[in-house]
Amino acid sequence: MSEFLAQPAPQAPPPGRVAYVNARLLDPASGRDEKGALLTDGRKIADLGPRLFNDGAPEGVEVVDCGGHCLAPGLIDMHVHLREPGHEHKETLATGSAAAAAGGVTTMACMPNTNPVIDDIALVHFIERRARETAIVRIHAIAAITKGLGGVELTEMGMLAEAGAVGFSDDGLPVSSSLVMRRALSYATTFGALVIQHAEDPTLSACGCMNEGETATRLGLAGIPNASESIIVERDIRLAEITGGRYHVAHISTAEAVDAVRRAKARGLPVTAEAAPHHFALNDSAIGDYLTFAKMAPPLRDEDSRRAVVEGLKDGAIDVIATDHAPHDQDSKRLPFAQAANGIVGLETLLPLALELYHNRHMALLDVLAAMTARPAALLGLDVGRLAKGAPADLVLFDLDRPWRIDVDRFHSKSRNSPFDGRPVQGHALRTVVGGRTVFRRDD
Amino acid sequence: MTAVPSPIEFPHRHLLGIEGLSPDEITHLLDRSDSYVALNRRADKKTTLLRGRTQINLFFESSTRTRTSFELAGKRLGADVINMAVATSAIKKGETLIDTAMTLNAMHPDVLVVRHPESGAVKLLSQKVNCAVINAGDGSHEHPTQALLDALTIRRRRKRIAGLTVAICGDIMHSRVARSNIHLLTTMGARVRLVAPPTLLPAAVGRLGVEVFTDMREGLSGCDIVMMLRLQTERMQGSFVPSQREYFRFFGLDRDKLKAANDDALIMHPGPMNRGTEIDSELADDITRAVILDQVELGVAVRQGCLDVLSRDLPELDHNV
Repeated sequence: MSEFLAQPAPQAPPPGRVAYVNARLLDPASGRDEKGALLTDGRKIADLGPRLFNDGAPEGVEVVDCGGHCLAPGLIDMHVHLREPGHEHKETLATGSAAAAAGGVTTMACMPNTNPVIDDIALVHFIERRARETAIVRIHAIAAITKGLGGVELTEMGMLAEAGAVGFSDDGLPVSSSLVMRRALSYATTFGALVIQHAEDPTLSACGCMNEGETATRLGLAGIPNASESIIVERDIRLAEITGGRYHVAHISTAEAVDAVRRAKARGLPVTAEAAPHHFALNDSAIGDYLTFAKMAPPLRDEDSRRAVVEGLKDGAIDVIATDHAPHDQDSKRLPFAQAANGIVGLETLLPLALELYHNRHMALLDVLAAMTARPAALLGLDVGRLAKGAPADLVLFDLDRPWRIDVDRFHSKSRNSPFDGRPVQGHALRTVVGGRTVFRRDD
Repeated sequence: MTAVPSPIEFPHRHLLGIEGLSPDEITHLLDRSDSYVALNRRADKKTTLLRGRTQINLFFESSTRTRTSFELAGKRLGADVINMAVATSAIKKGETLIDTAMTLNAMHPDVLVVRHPESGAVKLLSQKVNCAVINAGDGSHEHPTQALLDALTIRRRRKRIAGLTVAICGDIMHSRVARSNIHLLTTMGARVRLVAPPTLLPAAVGRLGVEVFTDMREGLSGCDIVMMLRLQTERMQGSFVPSQREYFRFFGLDRDKLKAANDDALIMHPGPMNRGTEIDSELADDITRAVILDQVELGVAVRQGCLDVLSRDLPELDHNV
């Protein structure tokens, strides 16, 4: 199996016309699931449909035979840590974008817990410029809610949004003060900005380093109770209610918090949530004998919560699947469990792990894809994530059924910290197209 | 007639914990340990089993009795014993652990005895070295030689472990002694009860095959063994119990609460004791009930037994040099 990975080409002329024929067109935004073809012209989708090119593609058009495989909008991952600036030994926008391209992801929103923190328009400009110059997929910045992630002073949300920030979060840390969170949600309404919370009560998590329960007790590790998440989610829902602010729960992990979001939605509140693949694919038994690659925040929960996350995705309580891609070097993980860094890489395992929801018959294919395309696009206010005439030509071609085994040594990310190494999965990205240009291709 | 190879009695290179050991393996360790008790009471306590071997006691956490016990055990078996106390700075702990392990490993020790304040740290270290590793206590996880010496004490006094009812009382949450004892005693067929305030009980501890009580008299009722744990104040973050006097009032072992246990119930404590916090001072000194000094004595024999058993798996010594 060989691979092609494009170089960043900021000055390149727009690509020509490309006809993707013999495809299964999948567009969650319109509900389209049919055989057909799609034409890109430059950076946009020019046409698509079941009868397109029935009489053959016109002269001068590059033809890509999709071999009957799935052609969908490129995936959007609204929660990644790209470590640039400040921790470039773990990941950069360039390596993160290569990992994204290999995973079928065409748009990412990166979290602001870098060094310096993305809490100033200069940093948003820096991310945009570095993305343009070094990355091969689209990258948007999420700016901090509070300056320096200090949890006290609000950032210049209006100017940051103007500069291109697609959301606000202190991710990695919660906004723990109820007053600051109220003001953030309230102020954000001026600009319609999305406020993304890392929901965790730090006083209740105390020194915990994994889910509270039997495994933590056996291992002698301090546990983090489910209530640590749900208390903050319940509180924030009350604050969203009195402010009207758009509130989004990052990496939701507990049955209680999923239920809280479900109830908030039923009451018509502007509340949404995302789940990371590890929270629906694994439970805390994956930690086994102090596997630090299974350590993240929020921690892997018990089986009841894992099932609740699956249920939440099924019934719409959870809107989005996002990876919380958190690269770490080996030294940060080769430590006693409590001291090891939190987080796992996720960009290159997102698609196959999400497709487990389809293969295990929990969800329809279009619903799985909606959680990684149309829905995050709507939350972030982006024009991508759909197959439609005039939309950006961001595409992923994937083999829905191909069995393979996850191998961290083949990752394009700078980091290898994944608990999924060796896991047999089904479904693989074959080609990733950003703005009409093929940035990644996997050939047999 | 060909010699039948004897079955491997302890097929493990390290002793990292009790969890996962079979009853036969535990019995084997106890039997071998028992064989050193008489030797330790002689004037000449020295043997040559580990002559030429190097044992390093690597303590990332302060300890007096465990380190001394391992040191005596190694010396009485003839090993060259080095003690290393490693100061742990809050930030560099992990690096120190791996770096120290690699450094020491390069010096070709035969046995590393390791204590570390983090759960799982000894296991992590064992993956980086070529020698045998004995866990002398890792965080709140395991302290296997303590459980073995407790079991040997019980076995010598009661001639059995199976069928006895043992109450483990006090700070279960932070106690590696409790976890190792729970695994050992349940594996050997004892009934184990835990008695503690709910704030000192870890989540889902009932899943470890024990009964849980929050009232001392109920928990001690009909017990053969009362095992008190030290209230580990240095591990406490925040207020697990309101005060020492309140703790002693409800969870400290005194004559009145002890009445609930069987008349001949033995009192054990892994030490060091907080007299007046978890145990009444006079009771601790009652040699008809408390076997606390027996535990210390047998601790040396148990460490000899463990060193002995693990040394059978070390590379052969070259006696021709």
